[in-house]
This record gives sequence, structure tokens and C-alpha cells, in this order.
Amino acid sequence: MKRGVPWLWLAILLPLQAHATQADQVKASHGWIRLLPADLPAAGYVTLDNQGSSAATLVSARSAFYASVMLHQSATDTAGGSSMRMLDRLTIPAHGEVSLAPAGFHLMLQEATHPYKPGQTIDVTLDFADGSHLRVPFMVRPANAPD
Amino acid sequence: MKRARLARLACLFVLGLLLTACQRNDATAPWQLTDISGHMPDLAFALTDDQGKAVTASDYRGKVTLLYFGYTHCPDVCPLTLAHLHVVMQRLDKLADGARILFVSVDPQRDTAEALHAYVTAFDPHIVGLTGSPADIEALTKRYRAAFSREPGKAGGSYEVSHSSGIYIFDASGKARLLATPEDTQDKLVHDLHLLLSPGGAT
Ligand SMILES: [Cu+2]
Repeated sequence: MKRGVPWLWLAILLPLQAHATQADQVKASHGWIRLLPADLPAAGYVTLDNQGSSAATLVSARSAFYASVMLHQSATDTAGGSSMRMLDRLTIPAHGEVSLAPAGFHLMLQEATHPYKPGQTIDVTLDFADGSHLRVPFMVRPANAPD
Repeated sequence: MKRARLARLACLFVLGLLLTACQRNDATAPWQLTDISGHMPDLAFALTDDQGKAVTASDYRGKVTLLYFGYTHCPDVCPLTLAHLHVVMQRLDKLADGARILFVSVDPQRDTAEALHAYVTAFDPHIVGLTGSPADIEALTKRYRAAFSREPGKAGGSYEVSHSSGIYIFDASGKARLLATPEDTQDKLVHDLHLLLSPGGAT
């Protein structure tokens, strides 16, 4: 009877381990938003560190402060032109890190629903392919904040 | 031993000659950015500034100007460039008074003078927002081979704008002098602008 207990624990814990969600294995840091005047679209940046042994895929993002949050990528074409495109998903490889940073990946935040100011922190929820979610604080910085 | 050292010295000497030959032009030109003197036309335009005033290039004679094309619905690359230029202006300190950053909108339908005013003042007091008729703006981008295009976006009514990311620098007489790309460091910009802006500096 006494001997059976540890095995019972393992039986309970192993499935939990196997079912660690993508949101559980991703550590988000350095979240910030470059706030622009008027109701211009703003860009959100964050570093995503996947500490798990399987890939995590970001499929969407949302915030109570914006009507629309999209995943974007800025790119420079061969002619030296700069443009943005929308991404359906962004994969963070196992034990890998992906940075959403100026002039690369960013969250495109449009149509603010509440007024807010630099110095505040707003939450953005990241949705992963397995249906898990991660709530991340983003520090609001002024337009001319250095990156 | 001695021979090896001699050989190495000889190699260094030849290498030095080669480098000197390659950098012959750079010895007299002090620039760290790309020198475009004589390769691009003088600054010329007739647009509207962010105060709603009609302006031409001659209004900026006497100022070193940095010409950059962008648009306000550009939350990533344009703000990054303008934030960098803000730091450059701060580092130039008093000399920055002799410089103007001309932020020309390639999205004149949406970028009114008022919209541009709010946008540029959020970055730096040395930035002037310029807008105008689509034809006048297109003429200016063509003049500096800074192509841009507009594609309909996925969301209703929105569209995406592709624009040149270079910064064209003109001296106080309106002559094209230097081109900075996003890869160029702030140090290079500060160095070259310092030279252009210093009294008795390169003119
Ligand atoms: Cu974007």
C-alpha cells in the first residue's frame, strides 16, 4: 500500500507534464508599445523565449485597449523600399527565442478603445496554436523612445 | 625567423599600398555616410508644411536638410528612424539648430498638415512635416529615385505603403551631399552632420 503511493503520484503528474501548454512554456519579457499621437496605429514589441522542448506558435493577439491587434512584419525589399505585411502565425522554436523588435516583427495595434499615456502599462493577451493564452504587460513609451 | 618576419612585413606593406589605392578618394573626403555629391539633384519642391503653409526648398536654404519619405500610419520603421534622428539631434546639441529634418508624406490623402503636425512634434522640434498633391510628392520621390507604391490592404479601406528608407542629406545651399541608410549608425550621422554644420566645416 505504502509502496504504491509514489507510483500513483507519477501517474497523476506525467500526463500534466506532457500537456504543458505552449503558453506555459513561453516566457515573455521586455514588452513595450511605441505610442503615436492621435489614434494612429501603434507598434508593440516583446521578446518571447520558448523554454519548452516543443515549438510554440503564436496565432493571434488581443488587448482590451485596442479594437484590432495584428501580427506584422516589416521588411526591406531589394530596391531599398520598406513595407509591412501581415502574418498568420509566428513560430518560436523549442528552446528558442523570437524577438518582436523595431524594423522586424511587431504587433500592430489599431483603434484604441481607451485613452492611455506613456508610463502606463497595458496588458496584451497572446494566443497560441494549442488554444492556450499568455497575458503580457506592455510598458507604454513615447513616440521618440529609443529602441 | 627573420625571413618570415620580413615576408610578413612585405605583405603588410603591399596590403597597405592596396588599401591606400582603394581609399584614395576617402583620404580627402571625410565622410562616413555614402557621398552622393554630384549624383543627385539639388533640393527642389513646392509643398505644404505641417503648419499649413506653402513652402519651397528655398525656404530651407541656410539649413542643412535631411529628407526622409514616410507616412503617419507607419508605426514601426518610420518612428524608429525618427526616434534615431531625435537622438542624433540631441547629440548635435546647439549645432542641431542649423538642421531641419523634412519628413515628406507619401500618403498625402490621409496625412493632412494637422495630422503631420501632431506626428512630427511627437519626435523632435527639428522635424518639419511636408505634404502636398500626390503628383507633387511623386515628382519629389522620382527626383531622388525613392520609389514608393501603394497596395490595397486586407481590412476595408486600408492600404499599405511601401517607401524608400534612405535619408538624403543636403548642405545649406541645397546641394545633395550624403545618403544614410537604416543600417548606418547614429555615430556616422552625428560625425558627418557635425562636419556639415560646423562653421568653417566642409561646405
Ligand atoms: Cu505594422
